[in-house]
Amino acid sequence: MARVLIVAEHDGRTLNASTAKCVSCARTFETSAIDIAVLAGDGAAVAAQAAALAGVTGVIQVDHPANESALAAVAAPQISELAGGYTHVFGPSTTFGKDLMPRVAALLGVGQLSDIMSAEGAWRFRRPFYAGNAILTVEAPQDRPVVATVRTASYQAAEPMGDAPISERAVDAELPSHTRFVEIRSDSGGGRPDLQTASRVVSGGRGVGSKENFAIIYRLADALGAAVGASRAAVDSGFVGNDMQVGQTGKIIAPQLYIAVGISGAIQHLTGIKDAGVIVAINTDAEAPLFEVADIGLVADLFTAVPELTEALGS
Amino acid sequence: MALIKTILVPLKRVVDANVRVRVKPDGSGMALEGVKMSINPFDEIALEEALRIRERGEAEEIVVASIGGQVCTQQLRGGLAMGADRAILVETGQDLEPLTVARTLLALVQREESQLVIMGKQAIDGDNNQTGQMLAALWGRPQATFASHLRFKGSAATAMREVDAGLEVIEVDLPAVVTTDLRLNEPRYTKLPDILKAKKKPLETVTLSDLDVEPETQFRVLGIEPPAQRPRGVRVSSVEELVQALREKELI
Ligand SMILES: Cc1cc2nc3c(=O)[nH]c(=O)nc-3n(C[C@H](O)[C@H](O)[C@H](O)COP(=O)(O)OP(=O)(O)OC[C@H]3O[C@@H](n4cnc5c(N)ncnc54)[C@H](O)[C@@H]3O)c2cc1C
Ligand SMILES: Nc1ncnc2c1ncn2[C@@H]1O[C@H](COP(=O)(O)O)[C@@H](O)[C@H]1O
Repeated sequence: MARVLIVAEHDGRTLNASTAKCVSCARTFETSAIDIAVLAGDGAAVAAQAAALAGVTGVIQVDHPANESALAAVAAPQISELAGGYTHVFGPSTTFGKDLMPRVAALLGVGQLSDIMSAEGAWRFRRPFYAGNAILTVEAPQDRPVVATVRTASYQAAEPMGDAPISERAVDAELPSHTRFVEIRSDSGGGRPDLQTASRVVSGGRGVGSKENFAIIYRLADALGAAVGASRAAVDSGFVGNDMQVGQTGKIIAPQLYIAVGISGAIQHLTGIKDAGVIVAINTDAEAPLFEVADIGLVADLFTAVPELTEALGS
Repeated sequence: MALIKTILVPLKRVVDANVRVRVKPDGSGMALEGVKMSINPFDEIALEEALRIRERGEAEEIVVASIGGQVCTQQLRGGLAMGADRAILVETGQDLEPLTVARTLLALVQREESQLVIMGKQAIDGDNNQTGQMLAALWGRPQATFASHLRFKGSAATAMREVDAGLEVIEVDLPAVVTTDLRLNEPRYTKLPDILKAKKKPLETVTLSDLDVEPETQFRVLGIEPPAQRPRGVRVSSVEELVQALREKELI
């Protein structure tokens, strides 16, 4: 039977929700183990959160100074060593998992599956390709480990209601020093909800016109308690930071409510919001492709409609 | 002597990013007949970056390589017109999985004694986002994936990476693999004289067996389907109606 090892994504203190979504994916097929590997400088807090996830059978905590920041070149040899005895090794299809998992697969001498959106049994999976224009069903051989990333927008996070045992492990793998972490810069924030886990998201596109004008989007988001996203054109034009980009090459999200303002709806953007509950489009162009997928469409000038909507929500 | 002798830039031939491709009605594959093909946009960015590095005097030579059918020479000629020095076609009729592509690229890296590979973070047909990471692993060298800024100092590179949390800066020793994100640069346009000049640049054809690569297919394709369609939505004509509609769906 399948034994699944999941690589935890975390920032040293908090387990990222993407990990709980990998657990949910593994729970859709028959398994005899779902274990989570936590690589950290000091992983005690994160390991405890991982052990609490429903369905998890064990947590392997690997503390090492080299694991202080997540570097694929450093993590991959450790994960490939831990992979022994498992039939599946999963990571999230976030930038963390996309960076790491192919490196793990290559060290194990096997291929990798990207973006599992559903599993039909332990060796048969569906995944999107061609920017979500097509869905592929593939079968993986059973004679070697299935290394894969899980499309986080396709799964709900497993609930924290379990109590799995935590074991500490030292890893013998030789860790390279050719890759060094320098720093991380975050330019979004502002105390708003996280784009990838928020239940409501308001996104602005090129139509918003400038960085200053984006204040209109922030005000609507704050009135809704929503996270803020953007099209690539808005990021490219310097209205917002890259971490706010939604789409094929940005973040794939699945909020209950997605409001797209001044975004035309290029296929690369749409692939990032396909799993949203309700999509609202506000655009002056009645022919904008976004209206083809929107549940509620409003043809209007954003500079009047958005402040009006913000006000209506406030009262 | 420049810091880097040879930069290898793989170019994948893919359906142009502006084409909306569809699944064939019989589900046997994608309808690609007569569709415009281009260099994978991320690979074009990779080549532009390599050209800038050479223009700064930090590299001597740029080799572009494509793995696929004879038709890939179109994209290789395009790369030569942009400014690459020579091209290699690894000719194969098979659609290769990323691990085999990575093994092939490793063979090229060793044959060309390349110190730097700059490549796309993802091919926009398969959307795999794997090959660069796999190449780095097989080569036992660093990877700087999703790069939006790249500079060299001594025998190391500093890369800014686009990650979910923002921008991460890492330092990697050469040789290394870099994969590109969209904001790394804006590729130049090729001019007609460059296209003519490119016809005289060397383009070599080799096979997988010349490189000692045995193609391996691990995943069996069982089917291809179009994605689920979202049900048709409604149009509202005012903000008031929009608020009403959101209330009905209990979203506010
Ligand atoms: C390889 C590749 C990957 C890509 N990945 C992504 C990705 O991940 N995410 C992404 O978003 N894009 C991505 N793109 C880019 C994508 O193709 C589009 O160019 C981009 O999404 C367009 O952004 P936009 O809708 O904001 O801009 P535009 O297409 O310029 O649309 C602006 C819209 O604003 C409307 N508008 C203007 N003024 C107003 C007003 N006053 N009130 C209301 N509406 C107004 C206009 O009618 C128009 O529809 C990618 C492209 C490539 C080639
Ligand atoms: N057949 C190919 N020929 C040349 N380069 C390729 C090929 N396949 C993949 N690549 C390179 O690998 C990158 C990532 O591809 P992928 O991992 O398939 O998403 C691409 O952007 C190319 O640089």
